[in-house]
Amino acid sequence: MTITPVAETATGATQPPSVLRRLGRLMLSEYFVLVLCVAYVLAIAPFVPEILSWEVASNILSDMMPLLVVAIGQTFVLIIAGIDLSVTAIVSMSAVVGASVMTGTGGYLGDTAFAVPGAVLAMLFTGLVIGAINGFSVIRLNMPSFIVTLATRMFFAGAAVWYVTFHSTSSSIANLPESFAEFATGHLFGIPLTVIAAGLIAVVAHVVLSRTRFGRAVYAVGANPRAARVSGIPVERTILFCFLISGVCASVAATIYVSRMQTGSPIVGENILLDVIGAVVIGGTSLFGGKGKIVWTVFGVLFLLLLDTSMKLLGASLFAIYIIKGGVILLAALVDVARNRWLVGR
Amino acid sequence: MSTLLEVSGLTKSFFGVTVLHGVDFVVRPGEALGLVGENGSGKSTSMNILGGVHRPEAGTMRLDGQAYAPQNPKDAISAGIAFIHQELNLFPNLSVEENLFVDAFPRWNGLPFIDRRAIRAQTEAVLHEVDLDIRPSTPVARLSQGERQLVEIAKALSRKARLIIFDEPTTSLTRPEVDRLFGIIAKLKARGIGIIYISHALEDVLAVCDSIAVLRDGHLAGAGPASEMPIGRMISLMVGRSIDTIYPDRQTAPGKQVVLAVEALSQPGVAEKISLEVRAGEIVGLAGLMGSGRSELARMIFGLDRFASGTIRVNGQPLDDPTPEKAIEAGIAFLTEDRRGEGLLMDFTIAENTVIASLDSVAGPLGILDNKRIASVSREMGRSMHLSTDKVEETRVKHLSGGNQQKVVIGKWLRREPTLFILDEPTRGIDVGAKQEVYRIINALTARGSGVLLISSEIEELIGLSDRILTISRGEIVAEFNNRPFDREAIMAAATGQRAWEGASA
Repeated sequence: MTITPVAETATGATQPPSVLRRLGRLMLSEYFVLVLCVAYVLAIAPFVPEILSWEVASNILSDMMPLLVVAIGQTFVLIIAGIDLSVTAIVSMSAVVGASVMTGTGGYLGDTAFAVPGAVLAMLFTGLVIGAINGFSVIRLNMPSFIVTLATRMFFAGAAVWYVTFHSTSSSIANLPESFAEFATGHLFGIPLTVIAAGLIAVVAHVVLSRTRFGRAVYAVGANPRAARVSGIPVERTILFCFLISGVCASVAATIYVSRMQTGSPIVGENILLDVIGAVVIGGTSLFGGKGKIVWTVFGVLFLLLLDTSMKLLGASLFAIYIIKGGVILLAALVDVARNRWLVGR
Repeated sequence: MSTLLEVSGLTKSFFGVTVLHGVDFVVRPGEALGLVGENGSGKSTSMNILGGVHRPEAGTMRLDGQAYAPQNPKDAISAGIAFIHQELNLFPNLSVEENLFVDAFPRWNGLPFIDRRAIRAQTEAVLHEVDLDIRPSTPVARLSQGERQLVEIAKALSRKARLIIFDEPTTSLTRPEVDRLFGIIAKLKARGIGIIYISHALEDVLAVCDSIAVLRDGHLAGAGPASEMPIGRMISLMVGRSIDTIYPDRQTAPGKQVVLAVEALSQPGVAEKISLEVRAGEIVGLAGLMGSGRSELARMIFGLDRFASGTIRVNGQPLDDPTPEKAIEAGIAFLTEDRRGEGLLMDFTIAENTVIASLDSVAGPLGILDNKRIASVSREMGRSMHLSTDKVEETRVKHLSGGNQQKVVIGKWLRREPTLFILDEPTRGIDVGAKQEVYRIINALTARGSGVLLISSEIEELIGLSDRILTISRGEIVAEFNNRPFDREAIMAAATGQRAWEGASA
């Protein structure tokens, strides 16, 4: 029987320098990224004290919500050792479909009582359909998810722009019901509605992954699909469900974006792909599958937004921000590899 | 007559277990030595020592009278020793000539460019020697298994090999290809090259070899000229040891109820109208070589592999288009031969593995798992399996020994109280103590009324445990042995005998 290196260093008499040991233990901890967030804020605060202001904090929180919801869906797909590159296209497609349903200028349900609920259902359905296309292509046609979702990403990103040309003379669909805007601006007990919605999704996703049969199946399929199959886990159904979850999460994010911008734009989600996958990876979810947690993803998204916001406050150019984010994500991927190596003994 | 290779007193142990006890053998130039023995008898270890992969603890080797002590595989190659393995070591995406020179491309006038012309000429010469009429630029991917093997031999010749070791060379060859190979081996012998020929296909060994050495449990059980080694003698030397008392006595007799009925199961190239029955409380042994269809049969019954026609009934209920989910639902459990790849989730804990095939029994409404129950049933499983640790929630199965891992696999299936348990190589790679425990568990299983289909490469194990033994060869059930005591030589002959050339393997 092997003893874990962590236990060894904790109990052994001769030990490596304690700083290294602590650092090692911290890197293996659940809350590593949260600690990193706090450390980062403390380190950057002298230069941009605004980051500690209520206004900036609430901005970060509201920026975080749509990204978090998409990242939660992505977490499911990454755990089964897949990847969903189509999330941004799902956001865009859902946005324009939803807007076309509820717009006052020629919307399918425009100016009726069903405009908003109908639009929301249409958006979720769009996410479900694209997720189903992804899932079925992966399980039935045995295509790698990278290629499948790269293809659906291009297809629906284009289709969203094309779709708008049938419903609007401009490049996006405007004139949406006033009541829909309240989703982005409204509060319940002083908490923004979007935060409540995203928080609810995060809690449900966390429980599903950590405490249910389905969650166990997700990890098993990601860790070793062959062993999962022999144990009677419905491998294909599990993969399909993960893509459906990712699709629906992306369309929920679309409702937030559309509500906030009060327009259905086909390019709304274009730039978030890097942030979504980067955030999940920064959180610690493994690209090799079988490992990942919703809590990690929450911390990952938070860290990425802290980075983003502080850089903007510092006046860094967009390109500089990209460079730094890219570097941090690369570092996170490296940490993932290092963790895997250190965890060999665990 | 001179000797090419003289091995004497070769001894080697792994982790305190001695696997070679002073083995001696001799290979003369222009002669073929057949090396036979059951799995684990020490054949591969001695060949690994010869090839410089392992170093012996005692014993000497002399090559052409010179002391030979390879430190790594490179030493063996430069000493003129070549291996033709069961799985060929060629790059299918490269051409024949590139494969031949891949580790030492001749340079063009000393510059770092490959001298294509030199390669081509040398390749043509060696291909001619092995009677292979193909262009040197042919990609290896386009060659048949037999042709690829000849390319391997050509590669050995191009490196001026003096001793060529064949390890199960006929496994994936058709009969004409086998004949062609034997012709080439005869040519090699005529050139004075020494051969070591390792195979389970004893007829082939007799056809090729001049002398034969039989290994058993790391000892040289017997050796002599091929003329004094008929197949029967080889088999009895191989299995010689009597059945030990490690097989526990069965307290219960098989019942009447048929728990598994397979009828005319066929899949082209894999299974030929296989029919068999397993009764409640009965252990049916399936003897056959690797590739005979024994594991494939199990995988088809469990729904892992497809089949073209035939029916499967479990407890009288038809199991149509089986999938693992349906098979498990019907009451089948399956211990696969690939414990690390399929039996367990190695990174998961003992507890997580214990319930992975029976999540429904530990889940409440909405599929929420009851972690306390998971922990308690896992600890209970660990106790009844005599697991080495009770830290079921903390210990990942990859940190368990092979025997303990296998107990977790069995324990996870026992939670489902299977009516039929298919065991494919249940004791592979586990020590004797754990083996005995596994046998005890199998016995307890039948006492409870489960049927067992037992697949094993160890004839001893099949004889020690089974109520009935079927032999499978080339996808067909070729013989059935119904009564104890079993005639192990007849079983071995049925599994390896007249059809040996099609499916023999390690």
